[in-house]
Amino acid sequence: MSAEGKAIRPAATGYIGQPVPRPNARRLLEGRGRYTDDMVLNRMLHVAFVRSPYAHARILAIDTEAARAVPGVAAVVTGRDIAEICQPWVGVLGHFPGLKSAPQYPLAVERSCWQGEPVVAIAAETRAIAEDACEKVLVEWEELPAVVDMQTALAPETPVIHEELGDNLAFGLELKAGSPEDAFAKTAVVVEETFSFGRHTGVTLEPRSLIADFEPGERRLTVHHATQTPYQMQDVYARHFGLDEEKVRVVAPDVGGSFGLKLHVYGEEMATCALSILLGRPVKFVADRLESFLTDIHARDHQVRARMAVSAEGEILAMDVEDVTGIGPYSVYPRTSAVEGNQAIRLMGGPYRMPNYHGVLKVVFQNKTPTCQYRAVGHPIACGVTEGLVDMAARRLNLDPLEIRRRNVVTAEMYPHTSPTGYFFERLSHEECIAKIEAMMNYSSLREEQARLREQGIYRGIGFATFIEITNPGPAFYGVGGARVSSQDGCVMKLEPSGRVRCSVSVTEQGQGTETVMAQIAATHLGVKLDSVTVLTGDTQATPYGGATWASRGAGIGGMTVLRAAQALRGKLLELAGIILQRGPETLDLREGVIVEADTGMARMDLAELGRIAYFRPDTLPPDFHPDLTVARHYVPQGLPFAFTNGIQASHLELDPETGLVRLLDHWVVEDCGTILNPLLVDEQVRGGVVQGLGAALFEECLYNEAGQMINGSLADYLLPMASEMPDIHVDHVSTPTQFTPLGAKGVGEAGTAGAAAAVMNAVNDALAPFQVSLAQMPFTPERILRALGKIPSS
Amino acid sequence: MKLPSFEYACPATLAEAVRILADHEGEAKVISGGQSLMPVLAFRLAAPSVLVDLRNVPGLDRITITENGVHLGARVRWCDIESHDGLRKAHPLLVQGISHVAHYQIRNRGTVGGSLAHADPAAEMPGLAVACDAEISVQGVAGSRLIKAADFFDGALSTVLEFDEIITGIRFPAWPSGRRWAFEEFARRRGDFAMAGVALHFDLDAAGRACNAHVGVIGVCSHPCRLTAVEEVINGNVVEEDLVAAAAKAASEAVAADVTGDMHASAEYRQALIGVLVERALAHAQV
Amino acid sequence: MQVSMEINGKAVSIDVEPRMTLADCLRHHLGLTGTHVGCEHGVCGACTVMVDGAAMRSCLMLAVQADKAKVVTVEGLSCDEALSPLQAAFRKHHALQCGFCTPGMLTTAHALLSKEPQADETRVREVLSGNLCRCTGYTALVEAVLEARDAYQGGQEA
Repeated sequence: MSAEGKAIRPAATGYIGQPVPRPNARRLLEGRGRYTDDMVLNRMLHVAFVRSPYAHARILAIDTEAARAVPGVAAVVTGRDIAEICQPWVGVLGHFPGLKSAPQYPLAVERSCWQGEPVVAIAAETRAIAEDACEKVLVEWEELPAVVDMQTALAPETPVIHEELGDNLAFGLELKAGSPEDAFAKTAVVVEETFSFGRHTGVTLEPRSLIADFEPGERRLTVHHATQTPYQMQDVYARHFGLDEEKVRVVAPDVGGSFGLKLHVYGEEMATCALSILLGRPVKFVADRLESFLTDIHARDHQVRARMAVSAEGEILAMDVEDVTGIGPYSVYPRTSAVEGNQAIRLMGGPYRMPNYHGVLKVVFQNKTPTCQYRAVGHPIACGVTEGLVDMAARRLNLDPLEIRRRNVVTAEMYPHTSPTGYFFERLSHEECIAKIEAMMNYSSLREEQARLREQGIYRGIGFATFIEITNPGPAFYGVGGARVSSQDGCVMKLEPSGRVRCSVSVTEQGQGTETVMAQIAATHLGVKLDSVTVLTGDTQATPYGGATWASRGAGIGGMTVLRAAQALRGKLLELAGIILQRGPETLDLREGVIVEADTGMARMDLAELGRIAYFRPDTLPPDFHPDLTVARHYVPQGLPFAFTNGIQASHLELDPETGLVRLLDHWVVEDCGTILNPLLVDEQVRGGVVQGLGAALFEECLYNEAGQMINGSLADYLLPMASEMPDIHVDHVSTPTQFTPLGAKGVGEAGTAGAAAAVMNAVNDALAPFQVSLAQMPFTPERILRALGKIPSS
Repeated sequence: MKLPSFEYACPATLAEAVRILADHEGEAKVISGGQSLMPVLAFRLAAPSVLVDLRNVPGLDRITITENGVHLGARVRWCDIESHDGLRKAHPLLVQGISHVAHYQIRNRGTVGGSLAHADPAAEMPGLAVACDAEISVQGVAGSRLIKAADFFDGALSTVLEFDEIITGIRFPAWPSGRRWAFEEFARRRGDFAMAGVALHFDLDAAGRACNAHVGVIGVCSHPCRLTAVEEVINGNVVEEDLVAAAAKAASEAVAADVTGDMHASAEYRQALIGVLVERALAHAQV
Repeated sequence: MQVSMEINGKAVSIDVEPRMTLADCLRHHLGLTGTHVGCEHGVCGACTVMVDGAAMRSCLMLAVQADKAKVVTVEGLSCDEALSPLQAAFRKHHALQCGFCTPGMLTTAHALLSKEPQADETRVREVLSGNLCRCTGYTALVEAVLEARDAYQGGQEA
């Protein structure tokens, strides 16, 4: 018992809140990451797809003969071939009443409904050969009229994409609270605007990738898959290919970014599995960047007509919004494409005391790439509309933008508070966040500088965006609607004979630092050293069932799962130690991996000794005592359908009124994610989220021509935020832990993206204020700014 | 996104390279840095039967400064221009213009000849060549010839090169001391192709009036061109505030007939932008 | 075609199709999967390697063009079983999340600091602007590169 004799004091908070670097960072820094495309399996084939060149067209004939003759080609399959072994899917859920969509197949069967939809799949010895063969496939098309403009998608003269659905309205919703009509009729000030949010896409740097490996003897399917949600995909593959669920194994290796993009069901993934089943060989699909732009889910694409009633004192009395959003030709499976619109109109006005609200949502079909959940689902829409109107009201009333926010946010004594759209807030910290950002950015001197520079013809703008953020989603999100998407998580924790700890957990890692945070929680609540815990994620065969990673649930829900497992294992370890040491377990403690006397801290034995006895000399233990040094625990989110965090962002920028260029100078964020588990990871989550929001504000937009063709689908033409254009992003925190869990953590993945674009919009309009013009169409391109300024004719 | 199949040749002499091009009657393509050609191949927008790599052809990678001007071999890379000791004095406009080309990694590999042959309407090198009255030397089966830059580009991504011809170099006329110059371009992000750009220079006569003005623009029309109307506004006048404004206006008007719009900017925007850039260039023109 | 290169200090000779990019050759023929491919058309920077000391995009180069060249990939940056100072600075500053852009960021920054150990923040941002990172806010990346400058002051071999 080597540990005997030292005294070890109890740790106050352990590793919680420590800026611990990620243990897996070293591997990635040495080029030893293991992403899906890095893997090679014996007899593996590569797939490429023939895609629809039209936004909407009927397939009259497909001639694959020449493609089959290309040396190295193993199979050429069409939509009909695959439909024979794969059940189609329909992206609807019961908790969105009236939501409708059409059956979707891995490859288009009779019609293609967007440019880029896969039509023929070719498996070959190399990807290059598969692409060569794709050029030899002849498809005879009959082009059909395409629904391109979402504003006319519901017009009677517009063709209906899926005739059997009756019209192009996928989903509609109307919300009303209080008496918005009265508020608008009686109020002093009404501001109104039509806000446009460009269609953009996630652009994970690692494209969508998988290797499907079907073993026909036992009908086992193993899929190495760059996914956020291995369990959801296990379920999908089992059900749609008619396989036994436990014989489907989905393994997520290192995943190169996800942002919501890598949890949807895509035709290419299903076709790749189908080819593996048909051929009995491993088949790899790695989307190239052009395929990514045409087939990764797109997001946003909202136009919102909105108005706000404000009293003469600047009190927000009501909002009235109508949000029209285009989702492409199908509601995406299995989570549906109604979620973003639903969240957008429910998050409107969220930070404020506003008593009256009217919101209308129209989710329409169009012949463009399907849209679905991407980081900060719906948040930037609601935040952009609300914060844009708040600034308009402030300008009308000659109020400082921070002051009008201070007068309207939900205040400390009002919690718990329910918003007019039914969202429940346990305790948010708007007032503290406003106070903190004002000091952090040195607001008054920035305003003085702005005034001084304006006299010299330099136009700077300062803009704010208060935001709320949905995290820790429970079954209310998908499960209640019938989706087989788990909202609980599981953890198996075991003591290795060496005294080290293995923690297998169902939340997954795509670079956020999930494994690091889980290790911090495990080490803290077990009482062991951080480097003695190894976390395993992302393998349905080796981890318990769970929801995995989406909607900022990893830390809050996954963390609680690990906490429960750690507490349970700790109890087992102390019980065993008590028996070995012949003392009551309550007199013992586990600190830094050593069993100590609880009162004195005196070390008695280390975990390696405990492991040795438990596993190799159990004969020395009392009869019928069976040490359970592996525990499994699950955690179901408690108390709330989902949690809310909050914060405020500020943008400082300079606008060139001659060219229309916006240069970002600084960006500040104060946010409240509850308990901060690891500040290093939290701050960079916020910064990364901000940059995606800045992309939406200034650069990112999927552009389509009148025929429904995406015209900027390459990285040369779709502009993303790069290092030279990004400002310094300053992050600070207020911490209001949730009382529903002992961990207190909420989530932080959406916060940056939720508010960044709105802050930029308000800063752009602040810079444009001397010219008496404003903009409400994102992204704020130089051209749109010059048009607003009247320097070129408005289109 | 894999390249189509092709053969690869790596000749040791220019004559052999030219002969391979001639033998393939337009089906062969020259590659050097490949920074423009490789994406074209990756997108399968071209499918040459053979690529002729110039990397073993000697003598194409030199920068020579003489009283006749600056000569750049076709294989001179952007980073060579950036790091050359004498060029900043011998042709400051060239060096400044090239500093806007693409990103770090591409600057280490992209070449002068490749940019000229690719003839992107927004690229800096073709624009500088036209603005500065440069001469492009090419070698074909029948021998070599010199082509004035103004005659070399005949459309977007199009030149007067014959299929058997290879660009061997470009000569910029000598740069007199006291010449005023400026380079201005506008892109939304660092390293992107310019939405519009202007390279200009002029000299001063004894009375301090501008003469011999050269104003070249990129990214605005289907190929780089000089704006003679703007040059006429400048020549014979003192460059001061009113003249700058007049030149800017003339620039916007001069491009009106040819200005192109695309996904990155409309024709109207580019027309407005070129006026601003000419104004800024003239106002900031330096010795 | 037969191609001979020196990769991370070791001579290799392989047979490749002319159409194979250097990136695909490194990844799929030589198993050096640290070099990542994010766009295959020369924009994202993930595939950056050093060729004869200069940072280049390996997707914009044919493997046959690298004949007789010295190539250094991310796998060649670590020395003596330890992280290089640049890699260590990335780890310390949490300058990576998913890790997919990381090899290209490292090779680019290493090439830069080997030639310009005094590079200031503007220069670092300018050079890194050829490398897309979709996860971080770039701030930590820039901080890490600036901190690593000290290790290059003596003139490190590129």
